[in-house]
Amino acid sequence: MEALLINVDWYEIGIATLETLLMLGGSLLFTVIFGLPLGVLLFLTGPKQLFQQKGFYAILSLITNILRSLPFIILLIVMIPVTVMITGTSLGVAGAIPPLVVGATPFFARLVETALREVDRGIIEATQAMGATTKQIIFNALLPEARPGIIAATTVTAITLVSYTAMAGVVGAGGLGDLAIRFGYQRFQTDVMVVTVLLLLVLVQILQSVGDRLVVHYSRK
Amino acid sequence: MSVESRPGAGILFFGKPKVIPVIKFHQVHKAYKTEGRMIPALQPCDLEIPAGQIYGLIGHSGAGKSTLLRLINRLEEPSGGRIEVAGQEVTSLQAEGLRAFRRQVGMIFQHFNLLSSKTVAENVAMPLKLAGQMSSSAIADKVASLIKRVGLEEHANKYPAQLSGGQKQRVGIARALSTDPKILLCDEATSALDPQTTGQVLQLLAEINRDLGLTLVLITHEMDVIRRICDQVAVLDAGFIVEQGPVAEVFLHPQHPTTKRFVQEAEQIDEQELHADFAQVEGRILRLTFHGQTTYEPLLGRVAREAGVDFTILSGRIDRIREVPYGQLIVAFNGGELEQAMELLSASDVHLEVMR
Ligand SMILES: Nc1ncnc2c1ncn2[C@@H]1O[C@H](COP(=O)(O)OP(=O)(O)O)[C@@H](O)[C@H]1O
Ligand SMILES: [Mg+2]
Repeated sequence: MEALLINVDWYEIGIATLETLLMLGGSLLFTVIFGLPLGVLLFLTGPKQLFQQKGFYAILSLITNILRSLPFIILLIVMIPVTVMITGTSLGVAGAIPPLVVGATPFFARLVETALREVDRGIIEATQAMGATTKQIIFNALLPEARPGIIAATTVTAITLVSYTAMAGVVGAGGLGDLAIRFGYQRFQTDVMVVTVLLLLVLVQILQSVGDRLVVHYSRK
Repeated sequence: MSVESRPGAGILFFGKPKVIPVIKFHQVHKAYKTEGRMIPALQPCDLEIPAGQIYGLIGHSGAGKSTLLRLINRLEEPSGGRIEVAGQEVTSLQAEGLRAFRRQVGMIFQHFNLLSSKTVAENVAMPLKLAGQMSSSAIADKVASLIKRVGLEEHANKYPAQLSGGQKQRVGIARALSTDPKILLCDEATSALDPQTTGQVLQLLAEINRDLGLTLVLITHEMDVIRRICDQVAVLDAGFIVEQGPVAEVFLHPQHPTTKRFVQEAEQIDEQELHADFAQVEGRILRLTFHGQTTYEPLLGRVAREAGVDFTILSGRIDRIREVPYGQLIVAFNGGELEQAMELLSASDVHLEVMR
């Protein structure tokens, strides 16, 4: 066993795992905070919806598409000045979170928009007929009804973020992916590569099954 | 308080309930913008729906029934005209006024439109929670009594997905009644239900109308639904109201081809079969319509004896329009004094229509 994993420094692995979890947690939190309202806005101003705004929706839609089509690695570098402005540093976990959030928010917002579109129009209509305000329609009908879809969107986004964090090594944010690249790939330490990839796999598995369970729990259909 | 000053006291002095319109349409019309063009869905129409009645709207798919109904609580903005509901000019209501108004108008739907993420009790409580004028304990009490009213005591904590179609519509009804509305709008409320469940839901609606004095506006594409619970009916065809009046009138003596077709569907009359039957008999063929008490009188035998005519019954149906019995028979008369027979029948309040 020792001989097989000769290059593996478990302390180093522990630190990297922690870094990955921090990056994931921090960026997921902010992605949801920004992405959920953006998704709701996209939905409401979209075609045939409550606040249909053709021009506004087209512009918002274009911006999200541009951000989504940008490769994350480019975003990471282009964002450096902005990141420094926000966090005071472009390095480490803190330096990785802003580009992760900017990369994942448009993606998440689109998924939220789709989840909201799945809500039966009749439910919005019934809620309107009760004399609900727009705010009440959003918070008492749309979001509760779309909850399973939004949880599924969060799961997919979290898993996407895990793969993004692997590239965050470029700004010295560390993490498991960084370890895999620096040691496993560049120094041919296959054992480090295998261990880190396995840990990433376990993380993705956990995220997926927790997400799936929550979706089932909140689906009353 | 003297009897005269009590609202609605006038009702006591007339055989028929006094007709006070609760919904009034003045030249209301609606067109939808589709692909840059305005497509009319409802042509300018006048309508008066009396308080406390069940008013039916019948028409084929796309005739404009839902459009008309949704104009009442302004889920649709009219393209023109004036709508008055319970003394309020609906068309001029602004945000908060409109929301308060909508609480006075309940609505139920073909596909129930219940929130799948909320339990039966939570669904019923929703309009009250949104109104935000009652304490949670008062809401809980009210919800419990509404759920009891629609017979779902055992299902209060279930989710809609665990209920049958009929039960879901009962939840919809309880929810619509929670804010004590004056008017209940029903958009094809029984169209997704099987015949037996349809009967039960219609009965519940009739009870609500009777017990709470609620005005119901009810959309359907089945004349049978109109016959069973409506007082008045309007027939829509391609955006036009082509016929309206008391159900007995419209049902027993339809004028417009669309109305005739609906009645024939309901009565399962096959025009061709009927004419094949005509070829088998001699003499004058009449359609006799009995309505009310005459339905039970042994008229035909008496008339036959007195006028010396023979008769053959070719088709017939005895049923009820709301609570009132009616009969409609197609009869061939032979020999004797036909004129006298017809006079005798007319004198007994039987409506006659010569078919051949
Ligand atoms: N929101 C809408 N946008 C465009 N056209 C509509 C809309 N709602 C209804 N229509 C059209 O208006 C007509 C009447 O529709 P509707 O009132 O729903 O009829 P019904 O309820 O009798 O089936 C139909 O031709 C329908 O296609
Ligand atoms: Mg309709």
